[in-house]
Amino acid sequence: MLENQTPLFRFLVQLGDDALIISQRLSEWCGHGPVLEQDIAITNITLDILGQARLWYQLACDHSTTFNKEDDLAYLRDARNMSNLLLTEQPNGDWGQTIMRQYLYDAFKKMYYTALEQSNHASISEIAHKCKVETTYHHKWSSEWVKRLSLGSDEGHHRMQNALNQLWRFHQELTMSSDVDIAISSEGIGILPSEIKETYEAQITQHLVACNLTIPADQHSVTGGRKGIHTEHLGYILAEMQYMQRVYPNLQW
Amino acid sequence: MSSNWPLWEIFIRSKNGLQHKHVGSLHAPNATMALENARDVYTRRMEGNSIWVVPSNYITASDPQQNDEFFEPAESKIYRHPTFFELPDEVKHM
Repeated sequence: MLENQTPLFRFLVQLGDDALIISQRLSEWCGHGPVLEQDIAITNITLDILGQARLWYQLACDHSTTFNKEDDLAYLRDARNMSNLLLTEQPNGDWGQTIMRQYLYDAFKKMYYTALEQSNHASISEIAHKCKVETTYHHKWSSEWVKRLSLGSDEGHHRMQNALNQLWRFHQELTMSSDVDIAISSEGIGILPSEIKETYEAQITQHLVACNLTIPADQHSVTGGRKGIHTEHLGYILAEMQYMQRVYPNLQW
Repeated sequence: MSSNWPLWEIFIRSKNGLQHKHVGSLHAPNATMALENARDVYTRRMEGNSIWVVPSNYITASDPQQNDEFFEPAESKIYRHPTFFELPDEVKHM
């Protein structure tokens, strides 16, 4: 389904998929946040990121003859045709695990969007700018929560270390360049995630160590998201998210 | 968790030139987080471009029991309202 599409289209869908899936995950917190103020905070972030997904999908549809609207991209693809990073589909776990996943994501996306803003493609540059501004706040929020939880009680520290151990193997994929990234960067439209690997690793390592966390010794990484090879969690996310459109095609509110 | 956090009063300025107005209160462990919580709770619909947070226990309130002596004397002084002036037609936007 995606293989036959142009690199530009697949590039835009990649960006949209990351945002759609992590925002779908975050939306599970709505009404369940640990305190009212944070319930609203995480829901705000969810909606920012869902908005980002829409912008990337809309632009993708402008460059496709197969897909006319964003909803088709969100609701009518199965897991094999989703290109989101594996990190984004990992379960929420406890509050600490969600925060750690969000921190690893935000730290990367902030750097990535900052670089992508230099794209020679006007619309991509504009959307990247909007995403950068939003992500700057998300990053501030999640990095402070990592600190607060890790340096707070023993229980908090223990849970944050567990979260880091759980998620570490998914973070390498963020800075790997996919075939699509490579094709698109040669035209000056996109940038290579691998180019920011060093800065990203240095920054998160510094923050995590300052939060008294131990960087996991096991550097084994799990990858495949960009090629549509996912962990078992994505199927369940899609089943819940796509159920209505699958059962009642073209249903509208 | 939030029951242990102190209460903060939130003031928002809707645009430059206007004053900050009290909009409500929330719980937060410190001033930084009170600001962030206020941003998330009270400015989601573009309500403002500046936020003040003040610990609630720094507010000294008037005593409702003293309302009579506090406020009653002003009631009979309607001449303090500038409503008795005839405005010339040339004056607009008053």
